[in-house]
Amino acid sequence: MKMTGAQIICESLVREGVEVIFGITGGAILPLYDALPQYPQLRHILVRHEQGAAHAADGYARATEKVGVCMATSGPGATNLVTGIANAHLDSVPIVAITGQVARPFIGKDAFQEIDITGITLPITKHNYLVRDAGSLAKIIKEGFYLARTGRPGPVLIDVPRDIQIDQAEFHYPSKVDLPGYKPTLQGHPEQIKKAAKLINEAQRPVIIAGRGVIISGAYDELKQLAETAQIPVITTLLGISCFPESHILSYRMLGMHGMAYTNMAIDAADVIIAIGMRFDDRATANVSGFAPHAHIIHIDIDPAEIGKNVRVDIPIVGDVKTVLDALKKLITSSEHIDWIQQLDDWRKEHPSTEIRNSEGLLPQLVIRKIHEVTQGEAIIVTGVGQNQMWAAQHFWYNKPNSLISSGGLGTMGFGLPAAMGVKVGCPDDTVWCIDGDGSFQMTIQELGTIAQENVAVKIAILNNGYLGMVRQWQEFFFGKRYVATPLSGPDFVKIAEAYGLPGLKVKHRQEVVPAIEQAMEYQGPFLIDFVIEPEENVYPMVPPGAALAEVLEAPKEEVITWQRQSTP
Amino acid sequence: MATAKHTLVALVENKPGVLNRMASLFRQRDFNIESIAVGHSEQPHLSRMTIVVDGTTTMVEQVRKQLDKVIDVVKVSDITGDDIIARELALIKVKATASTRSEIMQVVDIFRANIVDVASDSVTVEVTGDEEKIDSLFNLLRGFGIKEIARTGRIAMTRGGSSPLRVEKKSSNTRAKRQKT
Repeated sequence: MKMTGAQIICESLVREGVEVIFGITGGAILPLYDALPQYPQLRHILVRHEQGAAHAADGYARATEKVGVCMATSGPGATNLVTGIANAHLDSVPIVAITGQVARPFIGKDAFQEIDITGITLPITKHNYLVRDAGSLAKIIKEGFYLARTGRPGPVLIDVPRDIQIDQAEFHYPSKVDLPGYKPTLQGHPEQIKKAAKLINEAQRPVIIAGRGVIISGAYDELKQLAETAQIPVITTLLGISCFPESHILSYRMLGMHGMAYTNMAIDAADVIIAIGMRFDDRATANVSGFAPHAHIIHIDIDPAEIGKNVRVDIPIVGDVKTVLDALKKLITSSEHIDWIQQLDDWRKEHPSTEIRNSEGLLPQLVIRKIHEVTQGEAIIVTGVGQNQMWAAQHFWYNKPNSLISSGGLGTMGFGLPAAMGVKVGCPDDTVWCIDGDGSFQMTIQELGTIAQENVAVKIAILNNGYLGMVRQWQEFFFGKRYVATPLSGPDFVKIAEAYGLPGLKVKHRQEVVPAIEQAMEYQGPFLIDFVIEPEENVYPMVPPGAALAEVLEAPKEEVITWQRQSTP
Repeated sequence: MATAKHTLVALVENKPGVLNRMASLFRQRDFNIESIAVGHSEQPHLSRMTIVVDGTTTMVEQVRKQLDKVIDVVKVSDITGDDIIARELALIKVKATASTRSEIMQVVDIFRANIVDVASDSVTVEVTGDEEKIDSLFNLLRGFGIKEIARTGRIAMTRGGSSPLRVEKKSSNTRAKRQKT
């Protein structure tokens, strides 16, 4: 049957199981938007800025484990997507971005709103396409979705000239893709797995470092079985948080620049590291030359290019985490590692890393803990970037699988609100809290408009310290307290919320925290709380830039009060 | 670790923008290309590239893996350690007068190169060989005065019947094998 290019795109999206599209229309994508009402199963959510569309698709994809879709017009619409696409690229998130392009006869003429978006996004997409005729649309969309979600997931951009959206072509949705240059390795090599098992079985001081690959692969059970059989402490990267329950006796939480001090010490002392679906990012390893000096490293990852990229690896295993762990666990003998685990527990007692200091003022750590308490740890937490993100990672105990959504690789301030919107749209039955900083929040604050229009019931907690707080902390520690360009005057966020038609509360005192969170939870719809926190509160522990993991700065002792480790069921 | 020149050969889909994707990758990862040569392969929809990069073994292995990730790259292989035939072609336009022309022709003969064009004040020499041979001829001809030189960059192939770029049906298995080394 003949269809217009626009109809072919919509038909293809329906066949890919797409339910939601985040986007903004415009001249070069008008024909596609014009066809949308014929496909009521495709819900379109009009965002306020295309960056919001890409982040929302990103959040949606991470939370639902489906492919997120965003759309924009040519030129500025497309370039506004760029930050969001880059964010998805660095965190391996499957999104498909569809952009309008000027009509074919205008390409290369610097036409109105023409930009070479496939050129611009070349280094930040897994693959991209400039469609050259309507007849190839179905094949390209099929390939695009396949590439986005398989292997190491990532963003795919499809640029569709305006005249192709109008042109007619025969619609036939291919059942298979033909990509001779793309064959992800799923099965790990049996010899390598055997070697790894031998090393693990002989290890005295093993640790697992689990990353987002575990979540992407859905290898929660396999990871747990491996850890429990061989009694191996489980440490996660920032994006690996919630791949393993943090209340588990073998959980030693997050490593890295703002990881737990005891965790970083464990890495430093380990003799075998089993790195699973993680990529040795510098925020996780700190100074690589001082990383895990005594350890043999086993690295399991689906992307061969990650092996040996940042850290020397003794036993690489390329493959899908779930498949590899499934094969590996059959060769693992049970162990106890009593002394090693005792050592870690002692370090945790001596360096609890999540103490909260005594303060009259409102502390951000307390806010996060209260959100944890009131939601009973069942919420999905979406963060901005900066101090808010680190406090959210440290002071919420993640037991629910895939319950922390955060911008890791790119560290995109402004990710929080639109991503939380995408998460809530994808998981309407879950409680979704956006924990953001006042600086980060203001970068995409316009999405309050989308949230209000679509009544997306996101609960927003702004940790408002009037600074670009993480940078201010660096200035305090490393730049002689010269607070250049970090003091930030914000608007009255509650009034802003009101102006968008959303309820909000300002909280200045600790005793108001719980009632405010409860009120937000009871309210059927989006709700904003502006927590006015201690302006110069720092994130501890911290590994200074350039230092090794074990050279960790902890909170000044005299200031802290002991806070018992959260015991969660 | 010491750097050395490595020869990579690749089969890539003959599609618009593929060269751009590969060049972009080199720039993005800060790898230095010594030369790159592209042409048709034995399969009509595939082009063959020979890329020479200067770097440590670890670095070049990273280049190879990153190139392999490009969707349009069907296969890429580092053949540096293999027994290979590597050739380059150069056209060299040399200043020539009636008195120097025969001397130039002698040099050209020794190198088994050819004179492909003669003008009143110049001759153009075509030479094929490895980089060293071309460099030596170039150095000898320099005395006469070089007007212009064009070089193709290296193309290479392994000796013997097998090909490192043979595309196998089950290439996921070959990748699994390769990771062992």
